Amino acid sequence: MTMHDWLPLLTLLTSLLTGLLIFFLREQQVRARSFLNMTGAGLKLVFVAIMLWGSFHGRSYETRLPLLGRTDLVLRADALAMLFVGLSSLLWFLTTIYAIGYLEKSPNRSRFFGFFSICVTATVGIALAGNLLTFFVFYELLTLSTYPLVVHRGTPEALRAGSKYLIYTLSGAAVLLLGVVWAYVLAGPIEFTAGGALSHLQEEHHRSTLIAIFVLLVGGLGVKAAFVPLHGWLPAAMVAPAPVSALLHAVAVVKAGAFGIVRVIYDVYGIKLTESLGLTGPLAAIAAFSIIYGSVRALVQDDLKRRLAFSTVSQLSYITLGVAIIGPLSTIGGVVHLVHQGIMKITLFFCAGNLAETIGIHRISEMDGIGRRMPWTMTAFTVAAFGMIGLPPVAGFISKWYLGLGALEAGQGWAVAVLVLSTLLNAAYFLPILYVAWFKEPQIVWPERAPRAWFESDWRLLLPTLATALLSLTAGLLAGLSISPVGWVRMIVKQVYRLWTPFLGAP
Amino acid sequence: MVGGWSAPLGIELYADGLSASLLAMTAVVMSTAGFYAVQTIRRGGSHTEGCDNDFFWPLWFFLWATLNAVFLSRDIFNLYITLELLVLCSVPLLTLAGSGAALTAGMRYLLVAMLGSMCYLLGVVLLYARYDTLSIPQLGALIEPTSATLTAIALITSGLLLKTALFPLHFWLPGAHGNAPTPVSALLSGLVVKASFYLLLRLWLGAFSGALSPAAGEYLGILGSGAIIWGSLLALRQVRLKLVIAYSTVAQIGYFFLLFPLATSELARSSGHPDWVAMAGSGALYFLISHALAKASMFLAAGCIAHAAGSDRLSELIGIGRYLPVSVFALALAGVSLIGLPPSGGFVGKWLMLTAAFGSGQWWWAIVMSVGGLLAAAYVFMVLRQAVVFRLVDIRFYEVPAGMQWTALVLALLSLLLGVSGEAPFDLLEIGSPFSPPPVDGSVP
Repeated sequence: MTMHDWLPLLTLLTSLLTGLLIFFLREQQVRARSFLNMTGAGLKLVFVAIMLWGSFHGRSYETRLPLLGRTDLVLRADALAMLFVGLSSLLWFLTTIYAIGYLEKSPNRSRFFGFFSICVTATVGIALAGNLLTFFVFYELLTLSTYPLVVHRGTPEALRAGSKYLIYTLSGAAVLLLGVVWAYVLAGPIEFTAGGALSHLQEEHHRSTLIAIFVLLVGGLGVKAAFVPLHGWLPAAMVAPAPVSALLHAVAVVKAGAFGIVRVIYDVYGIKLTESLGLTGPLAAIAAFSIIYGSVRALVQDDLKRRLAFSTVSQLSYITLGVAIIGPLSTIGGVVHLVHQGIMKITLFFCAGNLAETIGIHRISEMDGIGRRMPWTMTAFTVAAFGMIGLPPVAGFISKWYLGLGALEAGQGWAVAVLVLSTLLNAAYFLPILYVAWFKEPQIVWPERAPRAWFESDWRLLLPTLATALLSLTAGLLAGLSISPVGWVRMIVKQVYRLWTPFLGAP
Repeated sequence: MVGGWSAPLGIELYADGLSASLLAMTAVVMSTAGFYAVQTIRRGGSHTEGCDNDFFWPLWFFLWATLNAVFLSRDIFNLYITLELLVLCSVPLLTLAGSGAALTAGMRYLLVAMLGSMCYLLGVVLLYARYDTLSIPQLGALIEPTSATLTAIALITSGLLLKTALFPLHFWLPGAHGNAPTPVSALLSGLVVKASFYLLLRLWLGAFSGALSPAAGEYLGILGSGAIIWGSLLALRQVRLKLVIAYSTVAQIGYFFLLFPLATSELARSSGHPDWVAMAGSGALYFLISHALAKASMFLAAGCIAHAAGSDRLSELIGIGRYLPVSVFALALAGVSLIGLPPSGGFVGKWLMLTAAFGSGQWWWAIVMSVGGLLAAAYVFMVLRQAVVFRLVDIRFYEVPAGMQWTALVLALLSLLLGVSGEAPFDLLEIGSPFSPPPVDGSVP
């Protein structure tokens, strides 16, 4: 094996080893811990950059280790994987800075950062997984390593949320495992292959089995992808510290579910088989319902993080909707939303955490005039919120644009109606926040900023927030470039549709 | 060969891949638990739980030797002797704890085990009268389903089920395993119940396979499912840590028994794919070995926690994670293996058995296993959540030597390692496996 074959594994190990080493540090060794964290995150970025460069030039990276009888642990850096890996490793780097600032002086930091790194390992593993078994292994690891983060504070509320989280996710994983095993029995080790690993099966012979497996797989993944009514854990899990809500619940965990669904439809079943089994219609309907339901619930939340959580429920289903409307354009919209929603939502959560940590604000009713005290934070919030609503030129607009075009192209006008309604609802729950923050008179007196302080809050809380806000803006502005997320996705989809369903026409 | 007599007459010892892996498992658990006992004794004071008794080490090594004998014997009378010896070692070890509860549990264990041995011996006598042989391979070649043989099989099986504590015959187990000295609990739960299960496995798949109808396997599977569900539910209702773990053993034993329907039922035989049976076999053994490691680890970790808190009541463990991170981590990792989550030996076992269940069209056992996994998660996290509770007021915990804590963690890590060890254990199990073509006579390598 050459160095190239080991790169995916090395990418995993940067955070895994960091996590394990951090467990052994004493509570007071702040410098050593920060050093380890930042080195791990930095190294990971370097490895990911090398792989991105390579796969842009058509090279592929694959690590294969024996795991279980005839099934291997496969880590493969294909284009879709790199999309998710790039997202999570970049955001891990920023979130680590944020978390170091956020958790300053709070207890059990070694435990926190240890599990935090393991979570990232699991996320990257999910992204790079080259077959269903590997995917499942990391999917479970993600559940287990997030639990200590959800209950980190050890309060009764956190423990309740933790139990709820486990009940949902472990049940989902049990269902998923049944689906995975059944698929293996049917077709042997299932490697993710363009066009679908199961697509060679005789559809007439296995029709009901294939449908049952699909329901098990997507049903299991749907828990983390927060399909209504499987979303109950997500708002509850918001008791976790802000960096956890930001990276894990806005990006890693929920994306693991959505990403899994994308993998199942494209690389396990293949679009053609999914469509001819009649599964795309129901899936799109569930996604549409989740989009509307999440937005409606978000309208009435006063707690800022809860409102953002319900907004996540809604926004996530865009991905599924885009994938379930068969067609290249909507696929671009859905898959690119994986990235766009990630960077925008993490900005919003960073802002919420910054407000809570710096001036103790948790509720929207307390946010009157807050733009005066925290102008930069609220600017970042505004950019991201505009993106969520879908205003150009922020990234969210690009996703919605492609989704809408794709729906029209596929002749699914109802999906456009869903998008419009959802956009109105998004505006209805984000614009009031912006209004009170910028235009109302302050009602309460906030803690003053420290004299001679350069920034309105700790720089470690502010800079990552601004960075992600800037990213959401650039991703939208530079959408025409081939290295932007949407350019990358266009490349994936182009290959994909040429290969799989030529009769649909090139995008 | 022992005593100069050749196979059917003399005592023959025999090791294949299955025996060898169980011997290795025994050696690992015995030596780590022994190390833990040494640490306990060195710590001294009132916390030794009877491990400093003069009889402790002789009984300990005697038990080890007996377990090895069980895994090596191929002769049903010889096995009877080893089973009796097993009881005679474990009961005194258990009562060394010295508490009233331990004495009662020990007495009950002794009586139950004696009853089991009686049944077993009766069955052996009946078989000997009919076939004039005690060797398992020879019985396998001769046996036919007459009523006397079936009675003998029923007697032997129920005797062994009683000793293995399969639901609904599990009533004696939690008391015995929950009240013994910590290292002894680890042995009883990790190894001793496996001995009688191993025997059952050898007999059903070796000696009796010609005489049994597939329905019998189904029956054991149903009892196993009952054990998984009922044991887990009871574990959820316990207020003492060691009892939670003991009831978890009751539940986990159920998984082993799912092997019988998966390996012997009509569907498995007629599916025309011999792999499924072999897969179910490897799966159950993976389960068995990783359970031995994980359960021993859990008991040792529970021992550390009980040392620190002065009691193993769950309500007194609040916030202990900050003081004994290593023990709590061991408990968590062992829990991962018990629940059957990747990457652990428990997951590999579950994966193989699930595959066998779907492959042979018996998906209902797969559902039982899934539900069992969820219930296991419920009781494991019921314990773990106590450990992470945040407390403003610090309570004083006793010091626990690092050696004791790390012993538990090492065992837990081994059970995880089993899940990522690739093909090596598979190859070992394949040697003379009772699941791939059955050994015809004693001449198999």
